[in-house]
Order: sequence, then C-alpha cells, then structure tokens
Amino acid sequence: MKQLGPDFYNITDLLTEEELLIQQTAYDFVQAEFMPVINEHYEKSTFPMELVPKLGELGFMGSSLPVESGGAGVSNVAYGLILHELERGDSGLRSFASVQGALVMYPIHAYGSDEQKAKWLPGLGAGTKIGCFGLTEPNFGSNPGGMGTRCKKDGNDWIINGNKMWITNGSLADVAVVWARDENGLVRGFLLEKGMDGFTSSDIHGKLSLRASITSELSMANVRVPDSARLPNIEGLKGPLGCLTQARYGIAWGMVGCAIDCYNTALDYAKERKQFSKPIGGYQLIQAKLVEMVTRITEAQLLVYRLGRLKDEGKMTFQQVSMAKRNNCVMARDVARVSREILGANGITEDYSPMRHMANIESVYTYEGTHEMHTLILGQDVTGLAAYDS
Amino acid sequence: MKIAVLVKQVPGSESVLPILNDETWVDESLVSFIMNPPDNFAIEEALLIKEKAGEGEVVIVSMGPDRVKKTIKEGLAKGADRAIHLEEDGQIETDPLSISKSFSTVLKEENFDLIFTGLQSDDTGMGQTGVLLGEMLGYSTATLAMETDVQSDSIRVKRELESGWFQWVKLPMPASISIQSGLNTPRYPSLKGIMGAKRKEIKSIPVSEHRVGSKMQTIEKVFIPQTSKQTEMIEGDADSVATRIVEILKTDLKVL
Ligand SMILES: Cc1cc2nc3c(=O)[nH]c(=O)nc-3n(C[C@H](O)[C@H](O)[C@H](O)COP(=O)(O)OP(=O)(O)OC[C@H]3O[C@@H](n4cnc5c(N)ncnc54)[C@H](O)[C@@H]3O)c2cc1C
Repeated sequence: MKQLGPDFYNITDLLTEEELLIQQTAYDFVQAEFMPVINEHYEKSTFPMELVPKLGELGFMGSSLPVESGGAGVSNVAYGLILHELERGDSGLRSFASVQGALVMYPIHAYGSDEQKAKWLPGLGAGTKIGCFGLTEPNFGSNPGGMGTRCKKDGNDWIINGNKMWITNGSLADVAVVWARDENGLVRGFLLEKGMDGFTSSDIHGKLSLRASITSELSMANVRVPDSARLPNIEGLKGPLGCLTQARYGIAWGMVGCAIDCYNTALDYAKERKQFSKPIGGYQLIQAKLVEMVTRITEAQLLVYRLGRLKDEGKMTFQQVSMAKRNNCVMARDVARVSREILGANGITEDYSPMRHMANIESVYTYEGTHEMHTLILGQDVTGLAAYDS
Repeated sequence: MKIAVLVKQVPGSESVLPILNDETWVDESLVSFIMNPPDNFAIEEALLIKEKAGEGEVVIVSMGPDRVKKTIKEGLAKGADRAIHLEEDGQIETDPLSISKSFSTVLKEENFDLIFTGLQSDDTGMGQTGVLLGEMLGYSTATLAMETDVQSDSIRVKRELESGWFQWVKLPMPASISIQSGLNTPRYPSLKGIMGAKRKEIKSIPVSEHRVGSKMQTIEKVFIPQTSKQTEMIEGDADSVATRIVEILKTDLKVL
C-alpha cells in the first residue's frame, strides 16, 4: 500500500477498499503491539504468547477460510497482505500465523471430519488453541515421502511411532497434524493431542534464525488413537503437499513485507547519514543498491498480487506458488543483506531490523521446500522431466 | 441509547501537504487522508457505552467529499451500526458555524441521546463543532471528557481543566460532548467487522439538503510558518553565564 512502502507500480489501485483497510489494520496492530517487544523476544528466543488471542480476535488466523471453518472469509489477497504485515514485523510472527492457518486449520477444513472441524476450528481461529504441523523428520527433509514415522491399525485404533523434527510451535500446540505411513506405504494424517500417552515434545535450542519462534521435536512412542483422530478425507503425500501449497503462498507475501521493512530502513538511513560532502544516498553506488532493491521488490509484489488473484479465481497451480516462494525468498535475502550494508556498523545492531530479517530469511529460504527443491519443481514443469528420484 | 459520533477525515500526520496555488487550502489530490485521530477515541467511548448498556445504536456521522466513505467504513468496521454521510463537492467547508448548521439540519430528526466528537480535528483544530451543534439542537454540552458515566437520563463526565485540575459535571441528556484523546484504547477493526461493514447502511445527504445560509468565515490564506533559527552566544564568567541560562529557561522556554 502506498504509504506503507514502495508501490512503484501502483498495486494499491488494484486492491479493494476492504483489502486496504485489512492491510492497514494488520500494520497498525504489528507496529503498536509487536514492535515494542520483538527485540526482547528475539534475544530470549521466546514468542509473545499474549498476542495469540489478539491475533485470533482480529481474525488473522486462517483468515481466508470461511467463517464456518474459523476464518473470516476474506480474499486470498487480503490474507496475503496480513502475512505481509506480520512478516514486516518478524518472520516469527508470520510463521506462527502461517502454521496455524495454512498447516493446521486448512487440513482440518479440507480433509477433516465434521466432528474434527467442530472440535478444533473455532478455537484455532480464535487463537485460544494452538496447532502445529509435523512432516519433517531428522532423516527426511526435502524428501518427506521417505518418512519413517509409521501408523499401524490395531482394531479400531491406530498406533503411531516415529519422530518429527523442526516443528514450529511443536511444544506449544494443543493439536498436532502428524503425517505417518501405514503398512501399505500410504501416508495418512492424524490429529494428536497434547498430553496423549507416548506423545512428547522438546524444544530445539541455539537457533540463530527465527529466534522469536518456538521450534520443537515431536516424539511418538506407541501413541494409540481412535480412527476418529485420522483425517478421513485424504490419503497419500498429496495431503501434506496440499497444505504446503497454502503455506508457501503466504510465505511469498511475507517475504515482500520483510524486504520492504529492510528497504525502507535503508532508504531513510541513506537520506539522513552524511559522509564526505552529502547524504550517502546522494552517491551513485548507494543509489544503484536502492534502485536494484526497489526493482526486485516491485517484481515480487507483482508476482504475489497476480498469484493472489489467480487463487481467488481458483486457477492457481502449485508450480506458480513455487515460483513465487522461490523468487521472493531470494529477493528478500538479497534486499536484507544489501540494506544491512547501507546501514554500516549500525546495521549489525538490534536497533535496525535488516540483520534480524536477514537471519530469519535463512529459515524461510529452507523451510516449506528449499530453494533447490522449488527449482526442481519448476524444472520438471518446464521440461516435463523430473530431476529428483523418489 | 442512541449515540452519534461525528467523525472527520483529515490529512495524516505523515502526509505531504502541498498548498494550492491560490493559497486557500492544500492540494487534496496529493494528500493521504486518515480518520481524525481524536475521533477514534470518541467512537470507542460510544461503543463501550453501547456494549455496557447491552442495547442501543452508534451512528457515524461524517461530512465531506466521496473520499470520506473510507473513514466512515472504518467506523462501521469497528462496530458502529450505521452511518450518515453529509456530502460535499468541490472545496470542503472549514467554517465551524456552517458545519454545525449542516449537522443540526440533518441530525435534529434523529433525536440522539448523545453526540460525541473528538476534542478537535487535526486539520483546522477549531474544536467548536460539538459545542455549536449541541447549542443549536438545545442539548447540554461539555468539552474534553476524560471519563464518562451514563446514568438513566443524565451523563456524568470528568472534564480536564488547566494545570492538572479535573472537574466532574453532570449533564441532562440529550448531550453533546467532546471526548479527550487517550481516555480509552481504541479497538482495531476485526476482519469480521471489516467484512460486515459492507452490509451496513450509509445514508447520503446531498449538499443541497444540508448546506443552509451563508458562511461566516472563509480561509484567507494557508501558508507554512517561517522558522528562524537564532543562536545566542552567552559570553562572560561562569556565574553570569549561569544566570543568563536560568533566565532563558524561565522566561523564554518557560520550563522552570
Ligand atoms: C525454523 C524452522 C521451522 C520449521 N518448521 C517446520 C514445521 O513446522 N513443520 C515441518 O514439517 N517442518 C518444518 N521445518 C523443516 C523444513 O521444512 C526442512 O528443514 C526443509 O524441508 C529442508 O529439509 P532439511 O533441513 O532436512 O534439509 P535437506 O533436505 O537435508 O537439504 C539439505 C540441502 O540439500 C539440498 N537438497 C536436498 N535434496 C536435493 C536434491 N535432490 N537436489 C539438489 N539439492 C538437494 C537442499 O536444497 C538443501 O540445500 C522447519 C525448519 C526450520 C529451519
């Protein structure tokens, strides 16, 4: 939106009045409630839990899902703009909302039974319940199809064994969407509840990226659940992959938000900071950096805007999402690094956001399909030849 | 309990403010507009009163060109029930007496129990509309309310006076009251509110139906004040320099 950052190609004019008000609301909320506490949480590696019900109250959890599913029924562009503003704050905040909306509420909405929907969606939407998504394992990251977690039918129950690694909100979650392979090799999804016998979690410490976000390991040792805990309307790897498409969509928007925060910070600084005879923004080398950044941001904005409208029309493909996720992560990574350069020594302190964003983007570059995996997805799409094996 | 909140759209504090060539106003086509920040507190206070009463209606009333619909919708998204838009075309009215006459013409039929305004609008800063309107409608009036306490047919308000003094006054209803900023924490519009605002009524009153009589006041000239920097070098021994500094702090800066 015009007054919130560069909008070189007038994308503001393509947004509806509601979408603009939604973006402004998300911006106001993040600036007033989140920015004053981010540095402290980043330093301590904690998440501001008191904001979770507020996010719910505002309707920011799974907001593009219908109201019956705990969402707010807003357009996919509006949903993208919310994540854009959350990530302008910090990737940790956006990651929280992405996991809750795209990786937990979405699969329950799309694949769940009526009973599961009634049990979980209202609380997840309101932010009174927290969810997590367990796909990655210690030995299976880019290749989730190889997963070692097993589910075995026992009468009317299932018994689940295995470990999930790098799970955002793992130890906070009231409900975990966990993917496991059955005896026939078929991937199935389960809703595991905090405190179930044999279901434990422990947090991963020492992260130098996405510090204001909780990341955990989940462990399932003979966890017994009734068949009603299984997501009944999906089987196969397309279950988790369908969720990832939703989450990657939001990430592509989020990356624009943090890139804009870096660019705005660098631009203001370049206009203020004087070296030699004038503000550093008056020198060609700095201008070249700023121009490159604003151009890359504009390209990224156009990608997500068009992607959002395609999604609203029901025409979006997962390959298009891959292109936006892949492009926008690299864009934001470069913009954060160059912004930090422009800030000189000040840029390495917590007083300026680019270095924090830069560190965060390393996670975002890797999760939800690494840059390389999206290259392979697109490579297959354009050549018709799959470069990865299974 | 039927409460009207007068809400104005004004240039945002971070907006550019290019002055028109004829020097009578700013070039609105380049300005980014926002809801007048003090009015946000007035809306919140009205919503809180309605919620506490468990019944009633909060009506956003705004005057201005088509652009003000954006601000009206923000009020509806926060939870107001409906809105009345007093349309204007061309240059906006800035004379508080004419503005109040327009409001009283439109609002007298509505029989509100309370009319709230922000303490002032951040563009012209007159701070008169609420009081003038109250007088025209025969309502009791008060300004700078820092706290409200609605009783059966009256309202008590804590008014802010000068030098940290306060005053509780009791007004019979109907009353028109200007609300001091900071007395509550204005809510954000929720997504549900934003989506629901589409279905709420905005009644438009054409300018010919509310603009009555002639203006009492027109803007002569809008200009940016010239700032001048003066540096005074204080010479002399330590005692005389200190004496001069204390004098400046006392008489020029008035901080001692
Ligand atoms: C902070 C954080 C939060 C996360 N949250 C979650 C979560 O909530 N839920 C969840 O399930 N997972 C989560 N993840 C896990 C994330 O999705 C994985 O880390 C990611 O899929 C990559 O897997 P990996 O780390 O095992 O890397 P690997 O798959 O081992 O990849 C290592 C490197 O090899 C490259 N590579 C792999 N295969 C190929 C190939 N065929 N050709 C070329 N290059 C290849 C990769 O691109 C990468 O550069 C999270 C990760 C992080 C860092």
